[in-house]
Formats: sequence, C-alpha cells, structure tokens
Amino acid sequence: MTKSMLEVKNLRKSYGPDLVLHDISVALAEHEVKVLVGASGSGKSTLLRAINLLEGIDDGQILLDGQDITAVKVNPDEIRSQIGSVFQSFNLFPHLNVLQNITLAPRKVHGVSKEESEANAMQMLERFGLVDKAKQYPDLLSGGQQQRVAILRAVITKPKVLLLDEVTSALDPILIAEVLALISELKAEGMTMMIATHEMGFAKRVADQVLFLHRGQIVEAGSAKEILEDPKTMELQNFLSALREAGRL
Amino acid sequence: MTYQPSPLRLQREAARRRVSRQSTLVALISTVAIASVLVIVVTGAPGFKLVRQSFFSWHYAVSAFPHVLSGLWLNLRVMVIAEIFVLILGLLIALARTSHSPILYPIRLMATIYTDIFRGLPLLLVLFLVGLGVPGLQISWITNSAVVLGTTSLVLTYSAYVAEVIRAGIEAVNPAQRMAGRALGLTQSQTQRYVILPQALRKVAPPLLNDLVSLQKDSGLISVLGAIDAIRSAGIETAQSFNFTPYVVAGALFVALTIPLTRFTDWLTRKQDRARVQQGQW
Repeated sequence: MTKSMLEVKNLRKSYGPDLVLHDISVALAEHEVKVLVGASGSGKSTLLRAINLLEGIDDGQILLDGQDITAVKVNPDEIRSQIGSVFQSFNLFPHLNVLQNITLAPRKVHGVSKEESEANAMQMLERFGLVDKAKQYPDLLSGGQQQRVAILRAVITKPKVLLLDEVTSALDPILIAEVLALISELKAEGMTMMIATHEMGFAKRVADQVLFLHRGQIVEAGSAKEILEDPKTMELQNFLSALREAGRL
Repeated sequence: MTYQPSPLRLQREAARRRVSRQSTLVALISTVAIASVLVIVVTGAPGFKLVRQSFFSWHYAVSAFPHVLSGLWLNLRVMVIAEIFVLILGLLIALARTSHSPILYPIRLMATIYTDIFRGLPLLLVLFLVGLGVPGLQISWITNSAVVLGTTSLVLTYSAYVAEVIRAGIEAVNPAQRMAGRALGLTQSQTQRYVILPQALRKVAPPLLNDLVSLQKDSGLISVLGAIDAIRSAGIETAQSFNFTPYVVAGALFVALTIPLTRFTDWLTRKQDRARVQQGQW
C-alpha cells in the first residue's frame, strides 16, 4: 500500500446557513490523480481552497503527508509552500514577466538563489515549449500560454500535491488541449493531483478515480468509466444528462 | 503582385482628410475669436493701464528676477525634501491602514485619525500651528527654523493625501492576486511587497504625481512663516517699490517649475489608458 499524501477526514464547511461541504472524506495516495466533477456550487472549489488553507473549515481534519495541517499551531504559509494551486483565472502577476512569475516563490519562499531558480525555470520553459516567452509579460500571452505558465509556477517548487481548480474553464477548445497535454505530462512524471474540472473526456484520460460531488457531498466515486457509463445515483444521472444536452460529453 | 488601393479606400481617405482640414480650420477660427474677445475686454478695461503698470512692468520684472530666483532655490530644495518624506510617510500610513494584523490595530486606528485630520485641516492652519505653535513650546532641542517647520507642515498635510491615494491603489488590485500570492506560500507581507504594492503604485501613479505637483506649488506657502523663498523675496521687492510685478515673476517661475511634472503626469496617464484599451479592459 502506497502512503497517503493527502487525507481529508470528515470535512465540514458552511458559509453562514449554507452547508457547502458536508462530511467529506477522501484520500490521495502518492502519485495518484483524483478528479472532482459536479455542477457549479457543488463544493469542488471550496474543497480545494480548504486543502491549501485559503479557506477555513468548520470541522474535520486534513493531513498532508501525515501532518495535520488543520491543527491550530500550524503555520499556513509553510503548508501552502508545499502545495501547488492553479486557478481558473490564471492569476499570473501582471507586473512580472514569465520568468519572474515562475521564480518568485522559489526565491522568496524557498530561498533558492536567483541564478539557480532562473536556470531551473528556463529548463522547464524549454521543456514545455515556452522558452521564447520567458521575458514576456502575461498580458501578451494567449490564455493557454498563461495557464501553462501558471501551472509551471505552481510545480517548480515540487509541491507534494497539485490542486487544479477548473483550470480550463476560461479557455477555448484549442487552448484547452495544450493545457491538458501539460497536465497529462505531469501525471506521467508522478505528480499527485486533485483536479476539479468539467472536462469529462480529460477526466477519463488522467483520473485514477473520479469523485462526483453534489451539494457538498461525495455522492459517487469510481473509475472514470464507471462514473460515465454506469451512474448509480439519480443525481449523477441528472448531471451526466445535463452535460450531454449541453454537448459537453 | 503590387497592392493597388481600391477606389473605395481612396474615397474614404479623401473624406477623412477633408474632415480633418475642416476641424483644424474650426479650431483656428475659434481660438482667434476667443483670444480677440479676451484681448479687447482686458485692454479695454478702464483700469488696464494701471494694472499693467503695477503687475506687468518689465522694468520691475528684470530688477526683481535675481532675488526671486534665489528665493526659488529654497522652494526647490523644500519641494524635493518634502516629496521624499511625503512618499515614504504616505506609503507607511497606507500600509498601516490596509493591514489586517491585530498587533497593528492601534497603528491602524492612529493612521485613520491622522488622515482624517490632516486631509480636513487647511494647510495654512497647519503652517501656523506647527510653525508658530511648536517654537512656542520652547523645547530646546526642537528647531525654530521656519524652513524646517514649514517643510514639516507640508509633509504632514500631503502625507495624508498621498496615503489615501496609495490606499485606493492597494484596494484596487484584484483580490485574486493576493490569493495567488498566498497560495504560492508567500507570507502576508511578502505578498504585499512583491505582488500587491507594485501593481497598486502603477495604478495610482498619475493621481500621485498630481498630488506632488500640488505640493510643489504649495511650497510657496512656507513664506507665511518668514522663510525667504521666492514668494517672500517677491514680497520684499514689492514692499520697496509698491509694484506687484515681482509676485507675477514668482508665479511664472512656479508654473515653469511644475510644468515638467504636469506634462509627465499627462503622458503617463495617456500611456496607461492606451495599454488598458489594448488589453480590452476599458
């Protein structure tokens, strides 16, 4: 049995009277990729934000590599430096060029020298075909390029877990493909990932397990094939037929 | 194959040229008309001759110029020193006001009260309070220098304005930027320094420079405390000749001094507007 890199136990979270996460338990083994699917508002993003401590929780526990990161004495900055996060809206820093965006965290958080972090970043940009963009500012890049840079920015510090929150939702189909190719490559390298997405085709390709969230609960879990072809609950059936109607499946 | 502009294009361009010629002509006529009206009204005024003698006398302008200019050297130094302190203090106050740390609560409160008071107090009153009140305390190690106390008053007042401008800039940065910074593991203050502030200052550079232009001009007010600056020098000349031309000379010099910064501000604003339009954020 491989070790659990991330373990969420009985997580509960509400915004005022709205219960957004309802007793969520999920474990992510090292090198495992889990994909969260579900309608908007089902709690996918909240779960990811709770994991990297951008969102407080009401009850439950989150363990990262065996350490309880929801304990009171934990320094959240230190935990976040071990978790990579990528958002729907890229959130690159517009005043920094691509290279500066990628090297900011290694230099300021992990204490890597400027020369070394830049060499690492250039190597990475080279590998993913973005080396000619190193000195450009985010505004001049396509959405797909921006998102790929955002992903590289998140993985250059070798996080224990990478959280991807709807990273393709703001992109058109051609740009989506290049971002998904990058994520597939990260999976091949063994990155442990939790991915919230609407792209069911992509879920099929990379997911070791797919979790279907509905109103803050994990209603069904299984392989992508099981989830797509043999939905057991009414909620999942409804969700899939809605996707099919929208031409997203 | 060489490109032959289509008749359609040539027609369009000719029409555009026509419109632009017309606009130039209209602008020219309107300028001449308004200028003539102004000249006629002013020169036709019954007291025009007297006003010209007492405010625009070439003779007095020439004789006062060296004195006023040497006074301006003091204004120039006051401006530069005050600008440096205003930017530093304004930045610190803005940071204090936008911080969320509980330990800084009293500082945040003080910063709020400070900006409220000094944005509301007329500068002239601050000058009197600091310039005359502080020496009145008779504390031996505090200077009585009108220049130092006058500059301090300028710094106190303008820091409050500048702090508010910078704070507005900090609050105008998309909160997602802060989230992205924190998600990378940057601490609160690292995020502020490397992610938020650079964007905030860029956003507010034009209004910030505008405040500095205003500060440059108001440096002339330290003359009320007796500092021998351009205004005061002009006053001394005037007292000897009963001719107000030296004041006009001082005014012209102040305008000349602020014009470069004003033009620079305009240029920066236009550049930022263009960038925004190009990015489709208009």
